[in-house]
Amino acid sequence: MAEKLYISTSPHVHCGDTIEKNMHWVITALMPAMVASFIIFGLGAFIVTATSVASCLLSEWLINRYLLHRDRSTLGDGSAVITGLLLAFNLPSNLPVFAVVMGALVAIGIGKMAFGGLGNNPFNPALVGRVFLLISFPSRMTSWPVPHQMTAYSDAVTGATPLSQFGYANDSIPGYWDLFIGNTGGSLGEVCALALLIGFAILLWRKVITWHIPVTIMLTVAALTGIMWLVNPVTYVDPLTHLLSGGLMLGSIFMATDYVTSPMTVKGQVWYGVGIGFLTVVIRLFGSYPEGMSFAILIMNAIVPLINNWCKPKHFGEAA
Amino acid sequence: MANTFRMGGVHPEPNKLTAGMKIEPAALPKQAVFPLSQHIGAPAVPCVQKGDRVLVGTKIAEPGGFMSAFIHSSVSGKVAKIDTIVDASGQRKPAIFIDVEGDEWEPSIDRSDKVALQCDMAASDIIDKIRNAGVVGMGGACFPTHVKLCPPKDCKIDTLIINAVECEPYLTADHRLMLEYSDQIIVGIRIILRALGIDRAVIGIEENKPDAIELMKMKTAMVSGIEVMPLKMRYPQGGEKQLIEAVTGRQVPPPPALPANVGCVVQNVGTVFAIYEAVQKNKPLFERIVTVTGKSVSNPCNLKVRMGTPVSQLIEQAGGMPQDTGKLISGGPMMGRPLLGTEAPVVKGTSGILMLPEKDAVRREERNCIRCAKCVQACPMGLEPYLLGTASENADWETAEENWITSCIECGCCQSTCPSRRPLLDWVRLGKNKVNGIIRARNAKK
Repeated sequence: MAEKLYISTSPHVHCGDTIEKNMHWVITALMPAMVASFIIFGLGAFIVTATSVASCLLSEWLINRYLLHRDRSTLGDGSAVITGLLLAFNLPSNLPVFAVVMGALVAIGIGKMAFGGLGNNPFNPALVGRVFLLISFPSRMTSWPVPHQMTAYSDAVTGATPLSQFGYANDSIPGYWDLFIGNTGGSLGEVCALALLIGFAILLWRKVITWHIPVTIMLTVAALTGIMWLVNPVTYVDPLTHLLSGGLMLGSIFMATDYVTSPMTVKGQVWYGVGIGFLTVVIRLFGSYPEGMSFAILIMNAIVPLINNWCKPKHFGEAA
Repeated sequence: MANTFRMGGVHPEPNKLTAGMKIEPAALPKQAVFPLSQHIGAPAVPCVQKGDRVLVGTKIAEPGGFMSAFIHSSVSGKVAKIDTIVDASGQRKPAIFIDVEGDEWEPSIDRSDKVALQCDMAASDIIDKIRNAGVVGMGGACFPTHVKLCPPKDCKIDTLIINAVECEPYLTADHRLMLEYSDQIIVGIRIILRALGIDRAVIGIEENKPDAIELMKMKTAMVSGIEVMPLKMRYPQGGEKQLIEAVTGRQVPPPPALPANVGCVVQNVGTVFAIYEAVQKNKPLFERIVTVTGKSVSNPCNLKVRMGTPVSQLIEQAGGMPQDTGKLISGGPMMGRPLLGTEAPVVKGTSGILMLPEKDAVRREERNCIRCAKCVQACPMGLEPYLLGTASENADWETAEENWITSCIECGCCQSTCPSRRPLLDWVRLGKNKVNGIIRARNAKK
């Protein structure tokens, strides 16, 4: 017989799920988009991604060690790597290293650790970092290198992106196929819809996320832009182009679905998705920034506690 | 498509290691111990004294109130003492100790194997007999059966549901009982229908027991009013409210509503067998089937055990406690109770003895809630375990009450899916007790 028996109340078994497993599958799901970004933007994408991930890890380690005086490292849970990857994916591939490092420090330091670390942050850390950079370096953050300059970094030639053309003549917008495979300018991880959709499939397959948030965002955007397009096809582009361009895929699949900053019930998640879709369309069509995804997600992040209060699960036996 | 309940639920590993193993009799103990609280409600009151001689089936304790039950001796011999023992609840409780001498049964008990089919008794006589036999719910809750068979007068009962789901992993006691005593169970169901004065019964069995489904279907083919309903595998389908929903589509309203409010009475299949024995064979409840199991157990088995037998003896019969055992559980891994040691006796609610290896038994370190909402998805009662857990942790009983903490059925789905390994149910259980106390105090003041 064993020398001692554990005494704790039921349940005595666990399904085996851990934070690490979930985070590792998210990282895996981000891999196709990362590989695509290396293929499309070459060296610059690699430098920005590596810098971002490394500085996120370093910031978290330093803050844990020297500001919070915690003995145990939290790097192993994988969330800092995800923040690093997502931040990089939201940056142009020619952004200087110092800016990337600043973005990472803000993302981890202000976006996450200031609130107490993983689980306590109200806003998506990567987006906090991105928006900080967007406000600090507006011109650098809104001029993107044109694809296929494999060895270029800071010297990359920048060009127009589809989103910045939405207000102008329609003929300069790339075709659906180019948008789908990422043959276009943009932030380094957001351009290849194909890779992001593969990642979406991985997340759904491993049951890391459910379809509700991404699909409601996409449907809302498609519906609203569809209405505008039907009303005036000359001024407004068609919904499919909207879906495939900018940060919509990246944002709806990987950023809006962040566990910590999204609602707890399916009903809440649907409203949250509708809200993000609506705000994105409003900013895209009527705002002064070409892309509205980050702001839309951050604004909806802010009201998640309210959504959680409004959208309670249906209680068993209540008005059945 | 088989029926099931609508919200939440999980799929723990079934681990039904003993599904193919025949029920064997367990050896008689040297001393049998009968805790006086083996049921929900008031503890029973001893009606024997030190030195009294008792037979198998002799009443040794009487109900301590309406919500209480008789306790009978499972052995013949002499009352050694009335003392206390640490039972499956982990608390020291009063109990009757009987030294075993021989195996002499009360002459009124019919010990033949013949199935007694005929029952012409009046409903009140049946219920009286069940009460006198000390029958309680054998699924684990141990609710006195005679109370359950007397639903409030204003509720119109139309369906008797037989709980043969056995959704707890590892346990196979009910499964084997159906395979080996199917005729007796059918008679038992007819007796309960008679006692309730209704004519429809549904036996709910999960699809992982195809042999039991087939056998019960065959046996009920010629009996009108009894239907076998295969159910999709899903935990906690054996929960009373979940089972009622799976079978009838009706949802029992929040407490204090009872299953009777939606026209249902649920009885565990083990209870049905006990009712058969009590009514047809004059045999009080002093024996039950116990699954003794575990992944490293050398000889996992289903045993027919006399109440009061120490757990250590069953473990011995199953080949001893494996070296790697880290936790000893009375019941299943989802809702069972941890045992402090092996001297605890088998009681009416002991459905299994599970020896979990240390690696499964150790809880991992708790982390921040990452708000993944898996507990909300898993909760079969439509609650928000993360919120209730935090409310209890902060002693915020108001929030806990507003968010229906008292509806928790303690199934453990939330905690068993939490990737942050938060002890959600520990907190919810604490909060539920607190809030129930607050509600009682408030009602008392009125």
